[in-house]
Amino acid sequence: MTRQMTGAKMVVQALMDQGVDVVFGYPGGAVLPIYDEVFQQNGIQHILVRHEQGAVHAAEGYARSTGKPGVVLVTSGPGATNAVTGLTDALLDSIPIVVLTGQVPTFMIGSDAFQEADTVGITRPCTKHNWLVKDTANLSAVIHEAFHVATAGRPGPVLVDIPKDVQFASAGYTGPKQARTGHYQPQVKGDLDAITELVAALETAKRPVFYTGGGVINSGPAASQLLRELVEATGIPITSTLMGLGAYPASGKAWLGMLGMHGLYEANMAMHDCDLMINIGARFDDRITGRLDAFSPGSKKAHIDIDPSSINKVIKADIPIVGDIAHVLEDLLKVWKSRGRKVNAEAIAKWNKRIDEWRKVDCLSFKQDGPVIKPQHAIARLEALTKDHDRYITTEVGQHQMWAAQYLGFEDPNRWMTSGGLGTMGYGFPASIGVQMAHRDALVINVAGEASWLMNMQEMGTAIQFRLPVKQFILNNERLGMVRQWQELLHGERYSHSWSEALPDFVKLAEAFGAKGIRCSDPADLDEAIKEMIAYDGPVIFDCLVEKHENCFPMIPSGEPHNKMLLGQASTKDAIGSKGAVMV
Amino acid sequence: MSALNIKKGSNKHSAYNLRPTFSDVEERHTLAVIVDNEAGVLARVIGLFSGRGYNIDSLTVAEIDHEGHTSRITIVTTGTPQVIEQIKAQLGRIVPVHSVHDLTVEGRAVERELALIKVICTGDKRVEALRLADIFRTNVVDSTLDSFTFEITGTCEKIDAFADLMRPLGLSDLARTGIAALPRGT
Repeated sequence: MTRQMTGAKMVVQALMDQGVDVVFGYPGGAVLPIYDEVFQQNGIQHILVRHEQGAVHAAEGYARSTGKPGVVLVTSGPGATNAVTGLTDALLDSIPIVVLTGQVPTFMIGSDAFQEADTVGITRPCTKHNWLVKDTANLSAVIHEAFHVATAGRPGPVLVDIPKDVQFASAGYTGPKQARTGHYQPQVKGDLDAITELVAALETAKRPVFYTGGGVINSGPAASQLLRELVEATGIPITSTLMGLGAYPASGKAWLGMLGMHGLYEANMAMHDCDLMINIGARFDDRITGRLDAFSPGSKKAHIDIDPSSINKVIKADIPIVGDIAHVLEDLLKVWKSRGRKVNAEAIAKWNKRIDEWRKVDCLSFKQDGPVIKPQHAIARLEALTKDHDRYITTEVGQHQMWAAQYLGFEDPNRWMTSGGLGTMGYGFPASIGVQMAHRDALVINVAGEASWLMNMQEMGTAIQFRLPVKQFILNNERLGMVRQWQELLHGERYSHSWSEALPDFVKLAEAFGAKGIRCSDPADLDEAIKEMIAYDGPVIFDCLVEKHENCFPMIPSGEPHNKMLLGQASTKDAIGSKGAVMV
Repeated sequence: MSALNIKKGSNKHSAYNLRPTFSDVEERHTLAVIVDNEAGVLARVIGLFSGRGYNIDSLTVAEIDHEGHTSRITIVTTGTPQVIEQIKAQLGRIVPVHSVHDLTVEGRAVERELALIKVICTGDKRVEALRLADIFRTNVVDSTLDSFTFEITGTCEKIDAFADLMRPLGLSDLARTGIAALPRGT
């Protein structure tokens, strides 16, 4: 016999049955019945954010660091529209989140009621799927289906819009086992013929390279393990996108570092000159490929992706394999082993030697001299002093994000949370809150720029209220550094609105919220200051005053191929042609 | 550091002309998409086309299974082979989409469209309109002393041809359903 309950109670019950322990949200008129149920239970902890965008990014941080879907509860109208940026961010980075929104009662929908917005209409292009539930009898089943859709196949954000009268009305509860998951069952096993073709290519390749992405992380810890096994067994060098950092350890012998626009010289050169490119869970994003008609011109390209629409979208795949990374890698290893574990060892050794020559360029080298902290130095010291901790890193978006990706080493998946696809300034702080909720004892650091950080600084209240000791490591150059860099290279050094004037005193700001503020401007004090930040049991705003005009290198100028990298300030003259100038 | 000399109005140097060498010959394809007939499903399909810049030449949709609540959407679109493949893959990603069939590549298909055409004329023109309508095997579904409304079924080309003939005779209104299509044979 099915249990009768109100729609509001169903929401809480369904979340519990889905194993949800944390919900990030903000109450309002259209979700009051659900908040009343949240009040009367202890199974789910509700984290009150200070802005709905923060709730979604926090849920993303939770999801990226645990592999479990993040859950958000917000009200109708502005609650829902404020969630749109987070939804789009999660869609572009394939992060599983379930957003529950209140809606005006069904009989008022379409009447321009108070706090009414066409939430499913607005969020249709920025969710994997969404539902407007008009009948309480369907509500619990829809929530269970929402969790299935968010996590199955290529993960993504989903939204369930729940009118207030549906929350008040009663109906029978459908449990997760009884709920239909529909026909939505993405293919996880890769085609064995294609996998065999890839093994054959791998056996003979002279200059192979693994190019891995966020799909490896999304596939789960098994995928990272299998990837490591494959890399170690074959000796093939490996690079990764921004999203995929940590799937293969940065200390690994085959590690080339990140590739792409601000990727490492050796990684980009290897991509350009390889004869077999094995793309595992990446999507040939424009930050990666640079100029398409000159992208890795001499290589055969294999592409493993769970989403068929990723294949042949921008780069033609010679060996396309649709499937879940862990499943495909497992089969690939089986086939490769059964055929005698062959690789062209001699050629690969020669290839690795050539790569070592590129490594000698030492593209990340910098000189910390003078009285001002170089941003690269700040990140390098942060790495040295935190790498042995149980550490999670989030970032905002801009130069600091690229430096963090370049100078921090990630040994495990799910340790690095950054807004890759959408490039959302204001992502990192709320994301760090979500990560800390999932890992209460870990060291969670948000590497930030002062401009990005200000975009969601209201979440200081959340960090204080829930005693989340998140460390805000702000590289403060009083500039929108990446915008400034492009204006320098592309717009005749006319720095249109790319400086941060009227900045707050970050130390006083921290104290105003009841947190700790640390300012550091002298390279000699940096280590002690970082240690002080780590040691403090509570949220810290670390205001690291850095060189104001530092540019982020290496850089592939837009409109150029991988082997036309700029390595430093001297090489930037006339680097970007007029074709590249129109690209972002 | 130097300023780049970007010529005024140089927007023809678009990022998108740096695309790789996929075939750039445009093809016309008829797609049949079987979907759950739930709220918003058509908006999802149309939003996909507008959001990603694909073309819709013709679109029809109706529920075909009242018990299973499934609808059939028939879309005629044009694009390069790569774009057509991408459209199919993107359609397949939509959660309520059951299946996507490319009738243009899955063998020969029967394609039909229905149109209602109103012609206002008298005298010789009225006689000629009726004579041509007979040749095209249309049905007269409404008539007054100075007008006919013809119902014509056929390929798009047939309807185009008939409409072109009616235009000098007094065509006043034209309503077309868009294409419905099924594969030939079993």
